[in-house]
Amino acid sequence: MHETDMTKALILTVRDWWESQPDRPNITKIHLMVGQFTCVEPAGLQFAFEVQTRQTFLENAALVIQDVPLVAFCHPCQQEYQPEIGRQYACPTCQAPMDDIRSGRELKIDRIEYDGAEVGNLTPNPATTR
Amino acid sequence: MHQTFDAALGIDLLHVNQAGADHNRAHFDRWGITCMNIMSSPGAGKTALLERTLEGLHQKLAIAVIEGDMTTELDADRLRQYGVPVVAINTGRSCHLDAKMVAGGIHTLEHQHDPNALDLVLVENVGNLVCPAEFEVGEHAKVALLSITEGEDKPLKYPIMFQEADCLLITKVDLAPYLDVNIEQIAANVRQMNSHCTIISVSAKTGEGLEEWFGWVRSRVQASPLAKTHTHA
Ligand SMILES: Nc1nc2c(ncn2[C@@H]2O[C@H](COP(=O)(O)OP(=O)(O)OP(=O)(O)O)[C@@H](O)[C@H]2O)c(=O)[nH]1
Ligand SMILES: [Mg+2]
Ligand SMILES: [Zn+2]
Ligand SMILES: [Zn+2]
Ligand SMILES: [Zn+2]
Repeated sequence: MHETDMTKALILTVRDWWESQPDRPNITKIHLMVGQFTCVEPAGLQFAFEVQTRQTFLENAALVIQDVPLVAFCHPCQQEYQPEIGRQYACPTCQAPMDDIRSGRELKIDRIEYDGAEVGNLTPNPATTR
Repeated sequence: MHQTFDAALGIDLLHVNQAGADHNRAHFDRWGITCMNIMSSPGAGKTALLERTLEGLHQKLAIAVIEGDMTTELDADRLRQYGVPVVAINTGRSCHLDAKMVAGGIHTLEHQHDPNALDLVLVENVGNLVCPAEFEVGEHAKVALLSITEGEDKPLKYPIMFQEADCLLITKVDLAPYLDVNIEQIAANVRQMNSHCTIISVSAKTGEGLEEWFGWVRSRVQASPLAKTHTHA
């Protein structure tokens, strides 16, 4: 259910960006980072995205979800570890509680890819230029 | 020939909700109100706890309730008998409260009652263990309830609410004699991901632990930089 709300938020944010672009480019990919320590199911998001973008400016856009693993830092041990979600969150070495989450809480629109064939004033990103 | 371009956004998906939560908190701060977000799975005892809390504290603190529970107005009526303002907000089919819904509740409250006279707003969230913790509503403290009938493993399976809680209430402890449950294990499981929250075992039925809970609520209200100088007798 909240995947629907999250998708709405995603589309509104991307639309704001799109409308701020003078040439309203054709968006091909939206890269989203979804931490494993969030309430969001990537599959649920994909489904909601497909349904909600039909016949909109995002019809041709793919949602690319990057799973971000949960990583915590144990201060007594001075090292990172990966808690086992659903089973064990304390440090496996010293049992100290998970106090410092370094990644895994992300719900972030990372970047957008778009076609710019007719565009003059933008510099292509070498990494994604074909 | 097509060229692909790339725009870095780096925008949090929940930024709109976050802005709404900040808006709500600004209202509370201006009025000198402490707000607590009460969360649990369905039926863990949020409304029962609210009833006992109003009974025990309404003469000491000026309290209002924002009822986000999808249940009936009956719940709200039960709470109104303590003479406190209760605003029931329509959550539709949402599985959690968000900042915008609570904003509606706050604005209703503001029209019915002088908010400057209030010390504490208790928000009863929708019964759901998964996502309410992801949506801030403008609270100053998060309170999570877990009833002993739910099983020791729930904090491990649904960790986010427990990781974010400032206070964990282990509820319905009067039922312990009838169940095969290890209350210490519940607390230990929550401690794995939350070393700072206050953990209190309570029963809305027998009253066990309620004084300690009231003490925690009052200390949070008083510790707030916004606490009213007036005290209710
Ligand atoms: N034995 C016992 N039963 C309780 C206690 N607290 C609540 N209950 C019972 O548990 C059931 C659910 O309690 P509620 O207070 O309605 O729970 P809730 O969390 O508000 O439920 P939702 O709002 O529907 O999510 C009711 O039948 C209560 O009487 C308790 O301390 N002991
Ligand atoms: Mg209730
Ligand atoms: Zn360690
Ligand atoms: Zn407002
Ligand atoms: Zn939800």
